[in-house]
Amino acid sequence: MALTEMDFRLTDHEGNEVGPETLIGRPTMAFFGFTYCPDVCPTTLSDISGWLDDLGDEAKQLNVVFITVDPERDTVEAMAEYVSYFHPAIRGWTGPEGQIARIADGFRAAYERVPTEGGDYTMNHTASVFLFGAAGRFVTMIDYHEPREFAVPKIRRALEEETEGAT
Amino acid sequence: MKKIIMTGTLAALLTFGGLSVPALAGPVDVVVESAWSRASIGMNRPGAVYMTIRNTGDEPVTLIGLSTPLAMMPEIHETKTNAEGVSSMSAAGEIAIAPGESVALEPGGLHAMLMRLQQPMTEGETFPLTLLFVDGGEVTVEVPILGIAARGPED
Repeated sequence: MALTEMDFRLTDHEGNEVGPETLIGRPTMAFFGFTYCPDVCPTTLSDISGWLDDLGDEAKQLNVVFITVDPERDTVEAMAEYVSYFHPAIRGWTGPEGQIARIADGFRAAYERVPTEGGDYTMNHTASVFLFGAAGRFVTMIDYHEPREFAVPKIRRALEEETEGAT
Repeated sequence: MKKIIMTGTLAALLTFGGLSVPALAGPVDVVVESAWSRASIGMNRPGAVYMTIRNTGDEPVTLIGLSTPLAMMPEIHETKTNAEGVSSMSAAGEIAIAPGESVALEPGGLHAMLMRLQQPMTEGETFPLTLLFVDGGEVTVEVPILGIAARGPED
């Protein structure tokens, strides 16, 4: 689904209200996760940080968004602290459960709450990185475990995507 | 409550104590390489530890558990990503390592998950992590704590 067809209202880690229109106009790289995630999320955010470093000045054209699938624990404050450890371009988005469900649905991202021992829980979630063009059109995904050298060229494809021709 | 604890960690430790007669108390032929972990934010989030475990002996070894003063519930977990790209995590159970073979605990796969931290994991510090093997052997490694955004032992 193109970003232009999506409808959600979330809050970024600085407390600003955000929606699909926040992303349209610049290419977007987005990842779903949660801050209580010990393995996949810090690894992917570190990878994203590395890709942004590799892109250098080109990275400044990109929206980079980390969207929580665990809004119960990932408050605006929790997101702010968490993203501060990674590349400064990365924005952290959270919001009410219903709005998280809407953005995940728009991205065709899946997530599920899974109880663990001692009354805790973890989240299963889509670990791919989504890429959209400046007009909001979906370009491609970077799958988890995909060799690092494939990622930066894919991001460049999203950067080169025409602003026109959104569907 | 006491009973529950007894059947858990303590019982396991007692069993090992019982098995650790002098003949079995020798060092396990296991070498742990490149151990590292990431700093935590506070104590509520679980930590993850990565390393390579090499069986340098002539007999198979089976890793059955972990212990560390840093966490009440350290467990080997495995992240799996399915065909739809959805990642999930679950306890990995026992890990058998054939003679001369090694097992890599690395991001996106096997990792030692440290649940119920007793103190925050602070960048620049280290902590001991003990690997418990089925024959009663133990190997303790001092794990360095790297930054939250670390990608590997060299970061």
